[in-house]
Amino acid sequence: MIYNDLLQIKAKELAGRKKIVLRCCMAAGCMSSGAQDVKDQLDKAVAEAGLQDQVEVRRVGCMKLCCEGPLVQADPKNSLYIKVNAQNAPSIVAVIKGGHSDVAQTDPDAAFFKKQLFIVLANSGVIDPERIEDYIAVDGYKALHEVLSEMAPKDVVAAMVQSGLRGRGGAGFPTGIKWGTVAKSPGTKKYVICNADEGDPGAFMDRSVLESDPHSVLEGMAIAAYAIGADQGFIYVRAEYPLAISRLQVAIKQAKQMGLLGAGILESPFHFNVDLRIGAGAFVCGEETALMASVEGKRGTPRPRPPFPAESGLWGFPTLINNVETFANVPPIYRNGAQWFAGIGTEKSKGTKVFALAGKIKNTGLIEVPMGTPMRVIVEEMGGGAPNGGQIKAVQTGGPSGGCIPAQHLDTPVDYESLGKLGSIMGSGGMIVMDDQTNMVEIARFFMDFCMDESCGKCIPCRAGTAQMYNMLDKIIARKATAADLAKLEELCDMVKSTSLCGLGQTAPNPTLSTLRFFRGEYEALLRADSSSAPSKGNNKPQNAQAGA
Amino acid sequence: MVATLAHQKQGRLRAALEHASGDKRFKILEVHMKKHMFRQDALIEVLHKAQELFGYLEDDLLLFVAFKLKLPPSRVYGVATFYHFFTLKPQGTHTCVVCMGTACYVKGADKILAAVEEDIKIKPGETTPDNGVSLLTARCIGACGIAPAVVYDGKVTPRQTPPAALEQIRNWRAK
Repeated sequence: MIYNDLLQIKAKELAGRKKIVLRCCMAAGCMSSGAQDVKDQLDKAVAEAGLQDQVEVRRVGCMKLCCEGPLVQADPKNSLYIKVNAQNAPSIVAVIKGGHSDVAQTDPDAAFFKKQLFIVLANSGVIDPERIEDYIAVDGYKALHEVLSEMAPKDVVAAMVQSGLRGRGGAGFPTGIKWGTVAKSPGTKKYVICNADEGDPGAFMDRSVLESDPHSVLEGMAIAAYAIGADQGFIYVRAEYPLAISRLQVAIKQAKQMGLLGAGILESPFHFNVDLRIGAGAFVCGEETALMASVEGKRGTPRPRPPFPAESGLWGFPTLINNVETFANVPPIYRNGAQWFAGIGTEKSKGTKVFALAGKIKNTGLIEVPMGTPMRVIVEEMGGGAPNGGQIKAVQTGGPSGGCIPAQHLDTPVDYESLGKLGSIMGSGGMIVMDDQTNMVEIARFFMDFCMDESCGKCIPCRAGTAQMYNMLDKIIARKATAADLAKLEELCDMVKSTSLCGLGQTAPNPTLSTLRFFRGEYEALLRADSSSAPSKGNNKPQNAQAGA
Repeated sequence: MVATLAHQKQGRLRAALEHASGDKRFKILEVHMKKHMFRQDALIEVLHKAQELFGYLEDDLLLFVAFKLKLPPSRVYGVATFYHFFTLKPQGTHTCVVCMGTACYVKGADKILAAVEEDIKIKPGETTPDNGVSLLTARCIGACGIAPAVVYDGKVTPRQTPPAALEQIRNWRAK
């Protein structure tokens, strides 16, 4: 396989295209609502109408508006049908012949779609994720060819630094600097790991990327491997994502057959293999050192850093770990240039970010917006606000490591720094909207329950601290706690935050701390009057005759 | 359990291997291990396959894996108990997994779970005495766009309510 062969595949693919395409969303969300049936029936309806020569029914990845699935997008009018069922197929096909269809549609020019800017999700909902030819037809693997034939590894790293891309896994470490560190680390062998252990509840961006465009992740990993001098990669993906696993397996097989992975990629001296590693349900394995232990087949417990994985990672060799979305950003950066990427977003946060919008909101699904987009635009304009006339109370970002951003701060732009200032984090991109029905103390307890259960048990602050904090929150909700208990809870939050070994423990108190910061009243309303000691926060107690006395 | 068997491991191991020799599934598992060249770092992959074949990880199975991969039984037991995905108890004929991810929780997954618990009188992680239904919870199955989601026998079902979940379970039990 040389580059000309790629161009030939592209030309052949484009020449063989049928005039009209019906795109069926076949990502996990729509699949569970019966998308497979819809596609089968569409195929049948096309055959019955005798339109096989003109119409292609294509399986595509996520079309973003998950709440209205199964979705079908149809040429020539670019209609987007929603909540399609198998019986609707003939009428959708009839429209192509000039007929009329009663199937519900949504406006593809609505704010939900128009305000998005696609880099990572550009191919999602457009190409067939199980056909490498489809990916090649949209200039797939072109960036890999350019990197291998025209750039030295150090230039590849320099371009990544220039692009300003930061890790999309949550912490936002500059990707170029990470690549540079691994590239400089001495080692006879190096590894690239793609972290697809999306354990953060309420986040499904990585799943959608893997299900919709797996080749972009593979291409990104190959470019990274060339830059740092690695010849082996692993994708660590959750066992809870069976569809993502099977699409990845198909993609790896196809790329190997075409010589785009394996030995002598694109007839260069560069070798790179990718293997899948299936997780087994442990949230802590999203932490990089725990993830590496799990790849080695051990219990996924973190270890102290330094040494960082960039110096001593998998089996002691220098290892680069990036998130799925980070790798998916790589091919577009080299295809369009680092300058182009650096021109998008804010000063310190470049590019776009994919968010999984869910919870008490009208339009749930995936959105990709430039960094710095105000949260109000995302939640109110794109998301359509709370359903059934509810009021948005808060937006939770960052999952069990993040915090709740209250409605009065909705004008905050989403970038790493602004969210950090509000006591939350960007996280991997889960965005859960809560309305006035949601009890914030119960949300804090929900996340603490999660962290308590998922704590690996290696260090005491996290193992014992999360359990104690859970008990205190439980006591508050049972209306048995006093102001002294609340003070103790805050003290414990601080202690666990400062003394835990890994990110799980260090961030476990965040949901509690942030709800305490913005919704303290809800906690205090649940407190019991303390009769024994004189509490310092006496006048905060509700309905207490002694208050202020 | 395996850890407590250490002092009588010799005899126990022989019994486990004897047990294995009469069961075709152990052969399939061994072929799978061979595919991974009996590498010790493939332990999690091997356990996945073992659970797929047997439904759960019984003691003899863990001993067999430990012996074949030349790992101490404690290490195999440690890994099998660390990860939520592996189960050491047999599952019921049907499984009902309620997703308790944040999006599902905000939309009332806790109420679905409570209704099911109340109906079949078991807690998450348990199986009904007649071995009919196992109730489990998931940390997030990534189906947040269609929350709250429940997985019935491996099939993700969108936008569930307590009555819908109870109906599904009654259908199972009626059969």
